[in-house]
Amino acid sequence: MSEAGKESIKMVDIYIMGKHYAVPETLTIMDAMEYAGYRLTRGCGCRAGFCGACATVYRLAGDYELKVGLACQTRVEEGMYLAQLPFFPGRKADFDLEEIKPSVADFARLYPEVFRCLGCNSCSKVCPQDIDVMQYIAYIQRGDFAKAADLSFDCLMCGLCVSRCPVNIVHYNAALTARRLYSRYIAKPDPFLEQRTRAIEEGTMDAEIDQLVAADKEKLQELYNNREIEK
Amino acid sequence: MVYTPQLRELMKKVEESRSSRVGVVYPRMSPEERREVLQKFHPDYIEDGFRNIEVGIDKGVRMPTEMADIFESYSRLKLNEIDLAAEPDYDVDVLIIGGGGAGASAALEAHKAGADVLVTTKLRFGDANTMMAQGGIQAADKENDTPAIHYLDVIGGGRLENVPELARALVMDAPLVIKWLEDMGAMFDKKEDGTMITGHGGGTSRKRMHTARDYTGAEIMRTLRDEVYNKKINVVEFSPAVELIVDQKGRAAGAVLYNLETGQYLFARAKTVIIATGGSGRLHYRGFPTSNHYGATADGLIIGYRAGAKTIYADSIQYHPTGGAYPPQLLGLLVTEKTRGLGATPLNINGEQFVYHLETRDVESSAIIRECEERGLGVPLPTGITAVWLDSPLIELIHGEGTIERQLPAMLRQFQRFDVDIRTEPMLIYPTLHYQNGGLLIDDSARSSVENLFVAGETAGGIHGTNRLMGNSLLDIIVFGRRAGRNAAEQSKDMNVPEGLNLDHIESYHRELEQSGVPADRVGPMLLPHYTHR
Repeated sequence: MSEAGKESIKMVDIYIMGKHYAVPETLTIMDAMEYAGYRLTRGCGCRAGFCGACATVYRLAGDYELKVGLACQTRVEEGMYLAQLPFFPGRKADFDLEEIKPSVADFARLYPEVFRCLGCNSCSKVCPQDIDVMQYIAYIQRGDFAKAADLSFDCLMCGLCVSRCPVNIVHYNAALTARRLYSRYIAKPDPFLEQRTRAIEEGTMDAEIDQLVAADKEKLQELYNNREIEK
Repeated sequence: MVYTPQLRELMKKVEESRSSRVGVVYPRMSPEERREVLQKFHPDYIEDGFRNIEVGIDKGVRMPTEMADIFESYSRLKLNEIDLAAEPDYDVDVLIIGGGGAGASAALEAHKAGADVLVTTKLRFGDANTMMAQGGIQAADKENDTPAIHYLDVIGGGRLENVPELARALVMDAPLVIKWLEDMGAMFDKKEDGTMITGHGGGTSRKRMHTARDYTGAEIMRTLRDEVYNKKINVVEFSPAVELIVDQKGRAAGAVLYNLETGQYLFARAKTVIIATGGSGRLHYRGFPTSNHYGATADGLIIGYRAGAKTIYADSIQYHPTGGAYPPQLLGLLVTEKTRGLGATPLNINGEQFVYHLETRDVESSAIIRECEERGLGVPLPTGITAVWLDSPLIELIHGEGTIERQLPAMLRQFQRFDVDIRTEPMLIYPTLHYQNGGLLIDDSARSSVENLFVAGETAGGIHGTNRLMGNSLLDIIVFGRRAGRNAAEQSKDMNVPEGLNLDHIESYHRELEQSGVPADRVGPMLLPHYTHR
């Protein structure tokens, strides 16, 4: 970028872990930290809003409210005081999926704290994916794993919900268990998949493919160019 | 309202022509047209971005310059920094380097086969391109489809350059992989009666793309990771491998690990080693932005190569046709191919379609580059680059209102965060560096050319020829991750603890580098890209 171009960019004042930096206003929090000179190890992952590595807590100067966001998905603002959650020591219950059932009783053994929810809704308020976290916790309490699975699906497991929960629920791990239970026991199996996997294991699909594996490139190119394409 | 008044003015042409484009299918290119656009516009064919490397087992092989710089680099490790005669910090049957989808699949299978497993990874467990894969996973599990039909798509898309036994393994294992994942509780998109909902991707002849909304990779990764934790497999995070260790016969026997947080070197002894470190998009070939994970820096390629693992198609890079181009915060971000799968089409500055929207990725990308560079019909952006439109609102016209919210929640959310509503406003896109088609050569049991060394995932090469189709990467990491895990575990059962651990291969590699006059400050693997003070 030319020097003239640089001058036209507006800078904002931000505070990374209390220390002042002036950064271009177009940057995300993540880019701003790098602009300021941080080489990120913790707090940086996919850089595209999928992995939940960069959960960030911030406050704007003059405001009392703590806000949250993903550093790679949130633009810097004037007067932002920010810090990242490098790691959150949330508990995960170990289980054997074949030994548990989608029941309230089994779930309560794995995650008893889920049933202590106070209904404060702090979890939903901090979710950077705008998931109604408290609602899916309520679905789990009632044993409605289908609804809990659907509602929690877009969770990135960033841990911000857990950081605010007064009764120490680890929402993201509970949700993952709910989804696995739903998929394993409640969703119906595909009627044809089983048949196809058996055919492959029994070797009945071998002959057709081995013919192609043995074919020369000319023949394959012809087959490829003239293959039928499903509408 | 993030689009400028100039862009809004141009957008009117897209809006005006929209209703007349519904249901109109733009013709596919003929094989001759495909060849021509690739040769003139695909970055793989532009010679000044490549050079032949001068060291190692594949001396003389062609690579992108940025990759060649990593291959022709000295070890990070000073050889007196670690004492391999001491007790190892970790001593296992199977060492898995990399904590993405391939590494996690390998870990589960190796554990199941009874091996003592260690997974070591550079960032967090699950920090990988797997997590970001949105579009889907292919498997021929419908009645009108067979693995053979899938095979033909794979090799036709791969320009017939695929290693046949690898492509065969890929498609034959595919339905087994879907079942394996589903039994583990991964949630694919299904109808009420259980039927898998599947669609097309670029270059598919049957609707075999399985999805989990547009979080397909994330859903697979978090399920695999959860299961690895359930099995209490040892996972060490923030500890990339910086060199392989070999035994007295030059066979893989462990790795030197670097604790990113304390700066300490540790070493792991293992009977067999699996490299599953992913791709190399963060090398930013030819200055392209990338859709890749922060950690995609080719680490496994170079440590495997120094130990003598052969490469294949190291010069074949995939540019995904639809990378975010505007607003600037989304530069390089992947716009999932599912967007085109649902009917969104690329349009030029005049609001006209110029290419069939589901050509293979190499052809689609080349056509977009041609539209901007040769024909001058790209949309000029305030950031100084040009792009083309991707008409996402067309999806709502074709499939009904609410489709984007249901089918593309991640895309909708990501653009909304920067004030673009893709339900009513078209996206601005340009090809982004997406995937390393080649890598370290393996056979269908995931063995590399070095004894006791297995490779799986994006680090491995040969499966996709020189162009991978959408939905075959999530598949490949699990197919070959599982095969690597199983075979590495089986092999370790008949082996004694490796003896005479050494790093002699590094010393001889260094001698070659010196003879070639490689500057001493060129060090690899890179581990993390340099983004400070851009």
